[in-house]
Amino acid sequence: MAKSIIRTACIALLIGLGGARSWAAEAQPVAANPAIEAQMMVIAAELRCVVCQNVTVADSHAGVAEDMRQKIRDQLAAGRTADEVRTYMTDRYGDFVLYKPPFSARTALLWVGPGLLLVGALLGLNLVMRRRARLPDAAFEPDTDDNSTPNSAT
Amino acid sequence: MKKLLIPLVLFLALSVFLYIGLFRDPREVPSPLIDKPAPAFVAQSLNDPARSIKREDLLGKVWVLNVWASWCVACREEHPLLVEWNKDNKVMLIGLDYKDQRADGLGWLQRFGNPYTDSLFDPDGNIGFDYGVYGVPETFVIDKSGVVRLKHIGPLTPEALSEKIEPMLRKLNG
Repeated sequence: MAKSIIRTACIALLIGLGGARSWAAEAQPVAANPAIEAQMMVIAAELRCVVCQNVTVADSHAGVAEDMRQKIRDQLAAGRTADEVRTYMTDRYGDFVLYKPPFSARTALLWVGPGLLLVGALLGLNLVMRRRARLPDAAFEPDTDDNSTPNSAT
Repeated sequence: MKKLLIPLVLFLALSVFLYIGLFRDPREVPSPLIDKPAPAFVAQSLNDPARSIKREDLLGKVWVLNVWASWCVACREEHPLLVEWNKDNKVMLIGLDYKDQRADGLGWLQRFGNPYTDSLFDPDGNIGFDYGVYGVPETFVIDKSGVVRLKHIGPLTPEALSEKIEPMLRKLNG
């Protein structure tokens, strides 16, 4: 009984997989040129979808993202380089579409911000430690031995 | 006392940033087209496939480009406002029917009114793409020398018209 249920489940799974594969095959005609398609996906993976902003153009199903992928294909087919295609996109949608925006006055804080925070934190830590090192022993609570306290767990 | 001051200042600074963040719309992508020449186009007229309109035809005038589509729900929301706003045709308001069927677009204008001085037809969305359109409706103000001066994303509101679009038109025409 249990065996036959497992077998049915396996068959259903195989049918399901088969269905998925025929689905993937249906999308084939779009990728007429595999080389361009591969290059397109590399570029699209670096671009941010303007509609669903946490998704790359490569992953998005939004209409605009599909348009962008098609434009990238067209541009590549016309012999443009990847850089030219990126410029084509930023001319229309701005640096916003780049997941890696170029370093400029406007993006400076974005790029150096984490570094500044780290430096600030290290300076703060340094300051605190120096100050504590100068304090006399009396400024600290005496070390207590955890095992000797009556309320300790062990 | 002094010990409390530093965390307090940090907290207040963070609060200010977060507070400002509350009123910023992250879905509004800043347009790189502002203060740049409007992208060139040659479009079919929506009413008449034989007639074409290009960017150069509109040079010398301050004009408003409104991108819409018959399938766009937010456009329907915005439309009565545009009809009312331009009922005496004082603004050079050019509609761009984006990724639409001609019959649907024309039918839509017939049903809801036509505030447009002229209507462009962009069935493949190519013109819209060049203008960086990513969600209709979108509205641009373009000056006499063909430079984009303002972009409004999403449906226009009475406030957007009176506080953004109209002051810009007055400035450019004045």
